[in-house]
Amino acid sequence: MALALQQLINGLTLGAVYGLIAIGYTMVYGIIGMINFAHGDIYMVSAFIAVTVFTLLAGFGISSVPLSLLVVLLVAVFFTSIYGWTVERTAYRPLRGSTRLAPLISAIGMSIFLQNMVQLTQGARVKPIAPVLVGGIDVLTVDGFTVRLAYSQILIVVVTVTLMTGFTWLITKTSFGRQQRSCEQDRLMTSLLGINVDRTISLTFMLGAALAAVAGVMVTVYYGVVDFFIGFVAGIKAFTAAVLGGIGSLPGAMLGGLLIGLIEAFWAAYLSAEYKDVATFTILIVVLMFRPSGLLGRPEVEKV
Amino acid sequence: MAALILAHHQTSPAERLKDAAAVAFIALLLGIPMIGLLTVDQGGALRIATRWPALFAFVAACFVGRLVLRYALDQWRARQLARDQADTPAKEVSLATNPLLNWIGWVALGVSVALPIVFAENRYVVDTATTVLIYVMLGWGLNVVVGLAGLLDLGYVAFYAVGAYTYGLLSTQFGWGFWSALPVAGAITASFGVLLGWPTLRLRGDYLAIVTLGFGEIIRIILVNWTELSGGPNGIASIPRPSFFGLPFKPPGDDPTFASFFGLEYATHQRIVFLYYLILVLALLTNLFVSRMRRLPIGRAWEAMREDEIACKAMGINARNVKLSAFAIGAMLGGFAGVFFAARQGFISPESFTFSESAIILAIVVLGGMGSQLGVVLASLVLVLLPELGRDFAEYRMLLFGAAMILIMIWKPGGILSHREPTLRYFANGGRR
Repeated sequence: MALALQQLINGLTLGAVYGLIAIGYTMVYGIIGMINFAHGDIYMVSAFIAVTVFTLLAGFGISSVPLSLLVVLLVAVFFTSIYGWTVERTAYRPLRGSTRLAPLISAIGMSIFLQNMVQLTQGARVKPIAPVLVGGIDVLTVDGFTVRLAYSQILIVVVTVTLMTGFTWLITKTSFGRQQRSCEQDRLMTSLLGINVDRTISLTFMLGAALAAVAGVMVTVYYGVVDFFIGFVAGIKAFTAAVLGGIGSLPGAMLGGLLIGLIEAFWAAYLSAEYKDVATFTILIVVLMFRPSGLLGRPEVEKV
Repeated sequence: MAALILAHHQTSPAERLKDAAAVAFIALLLGIPMIGLLTVDQGGALRIATRWPALFAFVAACFVGRLVLRYALDQWRARQLARDQADTPAKEVSLATNPLLNWIGWVALGVSVALPIVFAENRYVVDTATTVLIYVMLGWGLNVVVGLAGLLDLGYVAFYAVGAYTYGLLSTQFGWGFWSALPVAGAITASFGVLLGWPTLRLRGDYLAIVTLGFGEIIRIILVNWTELSGGPNGIASIPRPSFFGLPFKPPGDDPTFASFFGLEYATHQRIVFLYYLILVLALLTNLFVSRMRRLPIGRAWEAMREDEIACKAMGINARNVKLSAFAIGAMLGGFAGVFFAARQGFISPESFTFSESAIILAIVVLGGMGSQLGVVLASLVLVLLPELGRDFAEYRMLLFGAAMILIMIWKPGGILSHREPTLRYFANGGRR
């Protein structure tokens, strides 16, 4: 029981991170119908920026945790969204309107490029940072097993919930959100109505990158180590989450992320830690077999 | 019309400078956290180091590069425009249907047959050529799934791995030879293809992509963790090399060897050259097999399915069987390549079968131009030789590899030899090609 509660906490934390990354996938897929393979690496770039800024702040002697967290978040979001913008501008925009596979290949190329760029410029070794947020609350103790809610976990969940609320408001209520949704439905018609489609797509990429940046910072705080390869696994998991929730659906991405996080945590605790990724993919395959458009996705109706 | 003129108007030097300055500014922002600042590990704690000169060089390079690129593009556009206005119709030569292509194919075949004779003493060249041919064969196999049947497979490396491990296990555990293991491995990988194809029958496009990717990862994770079967991360070592009709490539001993049987002096390059010809023959058989399949009803059904699945179903084509056969045949060809890989390396481990391998094979198919057999050869040459040429600056080769993938796609989004010509075409005069 206590173990289950602990895994629930861990799973939700992990799931929140996956959900944040998954939104980037699902938005990009919704608006231009491509898998942005480099998105996981954008998240990795953000984690590296976070490490740099944390080290920088420590060097300046700033020890206030909330202040340094805020600064790191803002800086990472700023630089990472520029990375998101650049990726779209250089690798995907020239391929708009070509075959469906071309941007996918270009995205895989971009992913390889980003990974190796970070490896070259920042080094291939794992980077550990000094713990930023230590301690936690002991929730309850059963038979000597203490369920612990770390402060970093609380931080991740609070930040994610806040962001999701803000994000939902942005997409459903603001003029940008309307433009974004209308681009998803019909790009040509949207452009005829005088909306700058290219700009909307660029902003979508920047937003997705910003959310991935937050995820990158959170993971850096949570685990305390980063390396240039974290983007690949997290990217695949997050994309799985997006597909599981129904690609193109924002609540779906969050739900998918939470489910993947929970499945992973429980599987690792009760069955086998080595095969937790197999569990994720197997469940994905099973869901898609019986519900090919994901949990919250609308079924695609093909008109002939 | 006004819009057209606007779009083609000559940019002034000032505009170009402004544009390049904007690019340099973006480069500066991108470079600050990655190039300008660096964290170095010092006694367990991180410390910040700076590289401002490198950042400055990067920004300057971006500025100049953009200026030059912009100028070149403008010149090119101006020439295009001039040609359009002069009303000389641009020569529309479709490279893919060019009879020249046939010649290139034959020349390539001639070169590949002659290569080990010319470079008999240069082991490196023959080895690299063997690697190219492995990728050619994998590319041709994946071409069946992606290029012909239009099913996006991101986990093709799984079949390659299954083939390699099948041979590795059969030979080390049961003492099977290369030739007897080859068909068995083909059958096993084909059934894995069906196994993957079955749950994905209803899926299309990107859902299929992620499921195949997941399948590839599942196979790899199982290989890493099921230590009793696969040896885990250590892999399988001392896999026997293939023999020449029962004659092994070994230093002279009691049993007849290749060298002693033909009265030659033993040399290691005999094995290298033999392996080269072996994969060449396997690849050519693959090519022959696939190009014959394309003319069979099943092959035509693949291409029809790629173009329009609904129309196919309406015509009474069994979508399930068509898709499964494409998966099975593609998987089988990948399995053959895997068997050869295991036999050539003598050692296999899950590290050889990561997602990036799948990505490279897919890139070969797409860069070559989906469905084009010769395109696969060209793309494998580019993708294998590019990192090899970059060995002098080895650290940068994967970086350049990624950049090249992006650039080739931007330059030719349909692939180097893009065509989607149906293999068979009905002509109004009743003649068939």
